[in-house]
Amino acid sequence: MLCVKPYNMLCKIFVIPFWEMWDLPDIFVQTLWEGLVGGTLYSLIALGFVLVFKASGVFNFAQGIMVVFAALSLVGLHAIGVPAFLALALAAAIMFVLAVTVERVVLRPLVNQPDIILFMATFGLTYFLIGFGELIFGGDPKVMITKELYIPTGTYSIDFAGGRVELQKLDITAMVVASTMVGVLAIFFSKTRIGRALRAVADSHKAALSVGISLNQIWVIVWFAAGLVALVTGVMWGARSEVSFALEIIALKALPVLILGGFTSIPGAIVGGLIIGVGEKVGELYWGPLFGRGIESWLAFMIALIFLLFRPQGLFGEKIIERV
Amino acid sequence: MFYREAGQFKTNYRADMAVFPISQDRIGIAIILIVAFGVIPFTASDFMLHAIMIPFLIFSLATIGLNILTGYTGLLSLGTGAFMGVGAYSCYKLATNFPEVHIIIWIVVSGFFSAAVGILFGLPSLRIKGFYLAVATLAAQFFLSWCFIRIPWLVNYNVSNAIEVQRRSLFGIPVTGPEAQPVTRYLIVLSIVVVMTWLASNLVRGRIGRMWMAVRDMDIAAELMGIRLLNTKLLAFAVSSFYCGVAGAMLVFLYYGSAEATAFSINQSFAILSMVIIGGLGSLVGSFMGAALIFTLPILLPQLMGSLGLPIQSATAEHITFMVVGALIVFFLIVEPHGLARLWQIAKQKLRVWPYPY
Repeated sequence: MLCVKPYNMLCKIFVIPFWEMWDLPDIFVQTLWEGLVGGTLYSLIALGFVLVFKASGVFNFAQGIMVVFAALSLVGLHAIGVPAFLALALAAAIMFVLAVTVERVVLRPLVNQPDIILFMATFGLTYFLIGFGELIFGGDPKVMITKELYIPTGTYSIDFAGGRVELQKLDITAMVVASTMVGVLAIFFSKTRIGRALRAVADSHKAALSVGISLNQIWVIVWFAAGLVALVTGVMWGARSEVSFALEIIALKALPVLILGGFTSIPGAIVGGLIIGVGEKVGELYWGPLFGRGIESWLAFMIALIFLLFRPQGLFGEKIIERV
Repeated sequence: MFYREAGQFKTNYRADMAVFPISQDRIGIAIILIVAFGVIPFTASDFMLHAIMIPFLIFSLATIGLNILTGYTGLLSLGTGAFMGVGAYSCYKLATNFPEVHIIIWIVVSGFFSAAVGILFGLPSLRIKGFYLAVATLAAQFFLSWCFIRIPWLVNYNVSNAIEVQRRSLFGIPVTGPEAQPVTRYLIVLSIVVVMTWLASNLVRGRIGRMWMAVRDMDIAAELMGIRLLNTKLLAFAVSSFYCGVAGAMLVFLYYGSAEATAFSINQSFAILSMVIIGGLGSLVGSFMGAALIFTLPILLPQLMGSLGLPIQSATAEHITFMVVGALIVFFLIVEPHGLARLWQIAKQKLRVWPYPY
């Protein structure tokens, strides 16, 4: 209606979507909210990546499958009759065992190898965990034990600008839990002894070793932390949809988040996740029809790619200075 | 004792820089080629040819392609599957729109389309490297996968949304389509792979290959020596995508027979990358070894377990296969982080000094 013939396409890209946002603000706010919630979960996965990358320089491809594996352990333990919260504790214990095993079997023999070799090793780990998880828990999707963990379900409805915005209680819980966890991690990193050791290792392996920090111990701790983050992510994501191995592919969405935020920055992971989450949902709703839908699958990567051209180190990443 | 280079004197630079400077290597490669061209087509069963040899060769070619990019130029890419897909889809469009030109020509030409797309997505490589670049190439992977699914023009508006290969023949013998015999397809795949491997081996030891390796080892130093980074990196992307594109076209036309977009998904990219790394970064022999290991393991393991008399269901066998493949990847990395190619080199060195190692 606003568009005239020669500028039709440009108008559809640059004018109509914004006009729609203005015209129906309740839908826009609803989309924003959904984007934020989706983004929170991307942030959580990215957080797991960042933790491991900071402390050990390993690009942990297995973070996605760790999320699935943690959630499956929780549901599986509950299915054989373990009370919900005990199952949660046991699932955390399983993640600890996994962290110790990974450190012993994979990281320790491969210390000082090039990054790509370590990346490949986590790739092998992914394969192993997929097979192991399916062998024990079966490949079919499962329902998260939402009620037993006292995670509230249901919706709040808020009247807004003549329309109605619906907020899932589950999503609010997810955001609260996520922010709490980020807060706890931030305090852990800055205030505790182990946290300082972690930061020292992240700065320089050799210097940390020379002041008596045990690398092996730090790696176990950091993989365990990533495992806990994976468990929380798994519970939240599982409660929103279901626990299945498809999550592992969705976890790849955390990679553009890492690019936006920088590989070594925890705030970057959070902000990047939110940007990607919102950008994806808004883009799909307002610009998706122009391209024939489904652009959600690559929009995040394109945003990250364009972003990279202007700021290769990410939003909060350390500027890479190369010396010859 | 037999593998000894004593007495083989090089009298000129050409002989010293030959692909196989040791005559035993030349004999070895000749025997392999004779077996591959003359013995396997007559002795191997159709299952062996169709399910193992053809895909093994095709994946080897894709692995060589990625190895040129990742192993020789040091640019990590996770978009291999998509570049293979570009080759397959462009080959399909060309073959259906211009049926009078022979299919084998189109298989090779489709590599150029893939190369063009590769150059486009290789542009960010000037500014970023390492894992950042890997994620950037993921953009190519997801975008192109989406194109394969969402643009019906690419599959000529087929209802099934899949590529279907028609019958084409060479000298009256069908080479593609359902009637084509595994033997004919095997010979065509083998010929293309042998020629392209030969080209690649000459490319990587010549001026261009040395430029790539200079960029890999230290890009700033390479730039100071007068190597244009953008051109070199984009050339690596182009050549790599060309190889992947041809491999993708062969995969559909000479192996699958029909294919959907899922054949060129992210999993394909990861599989090829694991072949490159397990085989050995920057080694053509390693590409073949990696492809052989990663591709044949999932096929052979269930049969091996079956022959051991373990009574297991096929689903369980699949899960165990996953676990074993994962464990083996880690195992091989720990034993030799530089891949199977390095193991092969060590074995050759041992052979050279045997039986008097001192």
